[in-house]
Amino acid sequence: MSALLQVRGVSRHYGPRIGCEDVSFELHPGELLCIVGESGSGKSTLLNTVAAQLSPTAGSVRYRQRNGGWLDLAALSEADRRRLAREEWGFVTQNPRDGLRLNVSAGANVAERLMALGMRNYSQLRAIARGWLERVEIDPSRIDDAPTSFSGGMQQRLQIARTLVTQPRLVFMDEPTAGLDVSVQARILDLLRRLVNELGLAAVMVTHDLAVARLLAARTLVMQGGRVVETGLTDQILDDPQHPYTQLLVSSVLTT
Amino acid sequence: MTAALMLELRDLSKSFELHHQHGARLNVLRGIDLRLHAGECVVLSGPSGAGKSTLLRVIYANYRPSFGAVHVRHDERWIDLAKATPHEVLEVRRRTLAYVSQFLRVIPRVPALDIVAEPLLQMGVDEPEARRRAGDLLRRLNVPERLWALPPSTFSGGEQQRVNIARGLIARRPILLLDEPTASLDVENRNVVAQLLAEARADGSAVLGIFHDEDMRDRVATRLFPMQALEAA
Ligand SMILES: Nc1ncnc2c1ncn2[C@@H]1O[C@H](COP(=O)(O)OP(=O)(O)OP(=O)(O)O)[C@@H](O)[C@H]1O
Ligand SMILES: [Mg+2]
Repeated sequence: MSALLQVRGVSRHYGPRIGCEDVSFELHPGELLCIVGESGSGKSTLLNTVAAQLSPTAGSVRYRQRNGGWLDLAALSEADRRRLAREEWGFVTQNPRDGLRLNVSAGANVAERLMALGMRNYSQLRAIARGWLERVEIDPSRIDDAPTSFSGGMQQRLQIARTLVTQPRLVFMDEPTAGLDVSVQARILDLLRRLVNELGLAAVMVTHDLAVARLLAARTLVMQGGRVVETGLTDQILDDPQHPYTQLLVSSVLTT
Repeated sequence: MTAALMLELRDLSKSFELHHQHGARLNVLRGIDLRLHAGECVVLSGPSGAGKSTLLRVIYANYRPSFGAVHVRHDERWIDLAKATPHEVLEVRRRTLAYVSQFLRVIPRVPALDIVAEPLLQMGVDEPEARRRAGDLLRRLNVPERLWALPPSTFSGGEQQRVNIARGLIARRPILLLDEPTASLDVENRNVVAQLLAEARADGSAVLGIFHDEDMRDRVATRLFPMQALEAA
């Protein structure tokens, strides 16, 4: 099977400091890859670089478009990059307030990305938004409420609906469940698990939580100090970790 | 006609290097050679700590072998799982290699019926059909219908084990790895499992398992593969 995303030797430095260094991986269609590691290990830098929100200091990121052609992200114009983010990608941020528009209603948050794709029919937009609120288990009668009136878990589910409504081919997620109660987390993880299966999404997800990787990702990449120290099947990495850092990470959690 | 060779282990070794235990090295398997044919049920025997579970996990590619080869017949070609890419391993697991451990790993909020149906969905069976077959199998394993819509986290040990067996056996895969799948089952349910394994074998599956219960072992095994701990050997 041909890859959807090809990351080759990517580094991103902040002046003299290393964000991430010499990272390579491929992502296939329908596959969810987790990037794990403790805070400061370069996970978000890598994610943002791969998602073309930061430009790499070295290396290349290539993306295979819907029409089958490969795009070199470094060669994209700003307009093309925005088109890609609008039409083919999605991004879920750790803090839903960064990914939502707080001054418009929940329904408008979901409909907005569809409108950006040219859909104009009001009643159709409203019906789709309503359907997506249900799908992420938000009472559709809240469609006209502002997201500021929602709990953190609801806001995160709304952000997921807003992101997935356009049926992106590739989704980037940065710690989508961090900072939420365990029971709220379980609900969001279950939702993501189902939607990823139903929609056949490909996704790259950053998490510091190994249990999240176990639940969602067939493959995992372990980072330390900006470098990938171990990569492979998630169950292999968690049950038979090879690198000293991964062994430490695995033995530090209570249950995975 | 001789039965087809399905799995061949050659000179397989496994050690664990524990970097945070003063670099201790634990040698668990050394020089294992094993051939498994369609229709066979080979039972790993030996004392606790002999490495039986480790061997099954290495075959499933849950553990990485330190040395040697794990040749698996996948469709009509042979793949060495010791060298396979993660994507190849996933494909082999999806269609060729099933693994049932002693304990069900429950997924929060996912009902028992869906847990059992999932391997069928991954093989492309449509949802109503997958759920129907999952229900049939759970019924055969005497899991009460009122439990099917519930996540198994609150089930008894034996109920969880039966959900786990159902998940492992529902999609027919040519090689079955079983790690004490009947440890917490009563006699009646052990009988059902023995029957299911006999059907799988008759259907051409090759079974490699661990059964501590002697009665169960005698009933399902066509051959024993004795193992002992390396330090004692
Ligand atoms: N992931 C692991 N990391 C480190 N050591 C391990 C790991 N898995 C197994 N071992 C070690 O390998 C040895 C063999 O264990 P294994 O579970 O394979 O034995 P077994 O024959 O299945 O025993 P039992 O009959 O008690 O289930 C033990 O010393 C165990 O501690
Ligand atoms: Mg064992």
